[in-house]
Amino acid sequence: MTSPRTYSDFSQPLWRRVLLTREMAVIVLTVAVVLYSLANVPNFDGPLTVKFLLQDIAPILLIALPMTLIIITGEIDLSVASIVGLSSVMLGVLHDNGLSVPVAALLALLLGAACGALNGFLIAYVGLPSLAVTIGTLALFRGIAVGLLGTKAVTEFTERWTDLATDTLGSSNIPVVMVPFVVLAIGFSLLLHFSTFGRGVYDIGLNDEAAHFTGVNVARTKWILFVLSGVVSAFAGVYYTLRFGSARGDNATGMELQVIAAVLLGGVSIFGGRGRLHGVIAGVVLIGVIASALRLEGVTVNVTNIIIGLLLIASVISTPLLSWVATRLPRKAPPSEEPTTPKQATPAGV
Amino acid sequence: MTGSSTPVLELRDVSKSFGPVVALRAGSLRVEAGSIHALVGENGAGKSTLVKVVAGVHRRDGGDFLLGGDSVDFGSTSDSKDAGVAVIYQEPTLFPDLSVMENIFMGRQIVGRGRRIDRAAMYAEAEGLFGRLGVDLDPRRPARGLSIADQQIIEIAKAISLDARLLIMDEPTAALSGVEVERLFAVARSLRDEGRALVFISHRFDEVFDLCDTITVMRDGSYVATHRTEDTSSPAIVAEMVGREVADLFPKTPAEIGEPVLEVEGLQSRGVFHDVSFTVRRGEIVGLAGLVGAGRSEIARAVFGVDGYDAGRVRLNGREIRRRSPRAAIDAGMAFVPEDRRAQGLVTEASVARNVASVIRGGLARAGLLTTGAENRAAGPWAGRLEVKTNALDMSARTMSGGNQQKVVIAKWLATEPDLLIIDEPTRGIDVGTKSEVHRLLSELAGQGMAILMISSELPEVLGMADRVLVVCEGRITADLPRADATPEAVMHAATRQLEVAG
Repeated sequence: MTSPRTYSDFSQPLWRRVLLTREMAVIVLTVAVVLYSLANVPNFDGPLTVKFLLQDIAPILLIALPMTLIIITGEIDLSVASIVGLSSVMLGVLHDNGLSVPVAALLALLLGAACGALNGFLIAYVGLPSLAVTIGTLALFRGIAVGLLGTKAVTEFTERWTDLATDTLGSSNIPVVMVPFVVLAIGFSLLLHFSTFGRGVYDIGLNDEAAHFTGVNVARTKWILFVLSGVVSAFAGVYYTLRFGSARGDNATGMELQVIAAVLLGGVSIFGGRGRLHGVIAGVVLIGVIASALRLEGVTVNVTNIIIGLLLIASVISTPLLSWVATRLPRKAPPSEEPTTPKQATPAGV
Repeated sequence: MTGSSTPVLELRDVSKSFGPVVALRAGSLRVEAGSIHALVGENGAGKSTLVKVVAGVHRRDGGDFLLGGDSVDFGSTSDSKDAGVAVIYQEPTLFPDLSVMENIFMGRQIVGRGRRIDRAAMYAEAEGLFGRLGVDLDPRRPARGLSIADQQIIEIAKAISLDARLLIMDEPTAALSGVEVERLFAVARSLRDEGRALVFISHRFDEVFDLCDTITVMRDGSYVATHRTEDTSSPAIVAEMVGREVADLFPKTPAEIGEPVLEVEGLQSRGVFHDVSFTVRRGEIVGLAGLVGAGRSEIARAVFGVDGYDAGRVRLNGREIRRRSPRAAIDAGMAFVPEDRRAQGLVTEASVARNVASVIRGGLARAGLLTTGAENRAAGPWAGRLEVKTNALDMSARTMSGGNQQKVVIAKWLATEPDLLIIDEPTRGIDVGTKSEVHRLLSELAGQGMAILMISSELPEVLGMADRVLVVCEGRITADLPRADATPEAVMHAATRQLEVAG
């Protein structure tokens, strides 16, 4: 094996790799909907729209971060909204019993971690399917949450903390909760796209057996992701409770489906192995913008749900549809000197 | 050979290729009614392909295929069934939740008046079939939980109820106990005495000589010879199975053999392998030979930590390796090119660079951050050294040829600069050009002092490459042969338990 050959790093020019992606399509669609709404929807350009929009989608944005990694490994976590509810109740009950909000919140985060660790243990180490496990813990955690408080709610929280949850940064309309979100978003992006752990996450989703043969600790990776999901969900629960000043067992019921819908809309494959975090963030914002614009138009929530549902189905169909269309179209010559659809090297000997 | 009457099955120079791979060059077989005919040959000799042509799974590319004197051409397995051919595989696939009777009559239930399924008639016929075969099986019980031997009997009953003229049994005894084998043979003999023709494929010569009237040997996809059982002997058959020039095909340049790198002691995994001990030294290529299913790959997987084991020790460079942790094995200096490169060796959907850098990427991170650029810089030279054919490092390995994929897998492991390379079926399913490249590379690596444990089902590859050959049979090492003593006959005898040499 003499005279080693060299390779170019990429088969496609930079603009194609950046612009012709599923994520960019979601971002462009989001910007288009925002521009359309600014022009046509009354009060969409009002000062409070951004504030309420971001406050509304903050829990979904937060939970979507670990959910993206979990779905990329080919698993799913349906218990996230129940962890929101349970941590909300935990915060309320502990505060009611005299603990300060930060201490109660910290304990709520630990409880979230414990919930995630239970999910992760059953899925990663016992080897049960995540769909079944987290449907079970969805009911379990929600049941405990509602059981602890019944139909009551804890509404007495130290004002300093509820104010913080509804405050904006300086004179801007950006809610304070965006600060921890941005920090977490950067952290999860680095973890998924710029770390060996993240490479393992993709490998597991594409071929977990090959990942195992390569030395990726498949079980530990999955366990860590479910613990992260539990902690972030609990953090979303603390925020949710303080924002509305109300700790209830049924807080955020059904939010898991909103999170998963946004993750899939953002270009993550439900079969694992594919997707990027900026697409998911755009997906959450897109759903939030559509919901917000329709609400300002006076459209009922049911119609909003119908539209978001159709959008999700359209986005899921679009990928196979586009590749089907691509196979039908006669192949054109590459537009630039750079080959865009390189053929695989021929199999036979040198 | 008698040759007086028209044979039930006659194949003359049948060929079959899959793309560039010739699986069957010139397969010939002549099976008379009322006889049991053995078909023997090494792994990859073309037996299975021949059977699949007769069963209608594959269409032949050329040659003559006569059934009862008439030329036939089966397009599907149902064509062959209609013509009276039945194939009993090593592990039958029954519907576990249906009853034995329902499995026998699947798809062709007896219907009575008004197209009503006549269960009573089917039970009666099933009982009649088992009575003829002399076996005691309840047609009413579900198939789930039946032993493989009983499942084979159901397949045979199905074949007889279809009035099959020709029964082909593809390694039926591989998973059977002694008593079960005896019962199967009794059934086979009674079918022969009814005038049916049977083809029996087995690696166990004692069974072949016990049961069969005639033996046909295949090698390299071609017919070699046919003998009446009483006119031949086991060593003569082995010689015909392996007899080809192997010495200069796979040259291993002599390397200086140094201190032990891998030491395996008393490794055991219940029901898989037992008391496995061996050593691989610096500069040495040790071949692990044996039949498919003997436990070679399982031993390699346990050594590397992909699977666990019940007892024993694995040491690399004198240090014991934690069991069931591929990461620990990698960190200690082991590399493992697995048998199934698409399922185990590669993440085919990921790029060439990601795959090549996948084991070493932990060391490529700067301040915890890993970039595609760093992966490309590390992967490029290794892909280049192996001459991986790709346009760019971000191309996925999915559409690559087998040989090219194998180069990616080898590049990925050589990038770890291992002390021990375990390579399972290094050249399976890859083209001849790449094959010799891989052999040259292994020889070169050993020359540089790497210890290599090579598993191969191709005897010429093992004999040509290995300094020492360990033969595995039924989960035990039955021979440890230095290069000089490793003749095809010696290896085949140990692999089929004709020789009992302590490991």
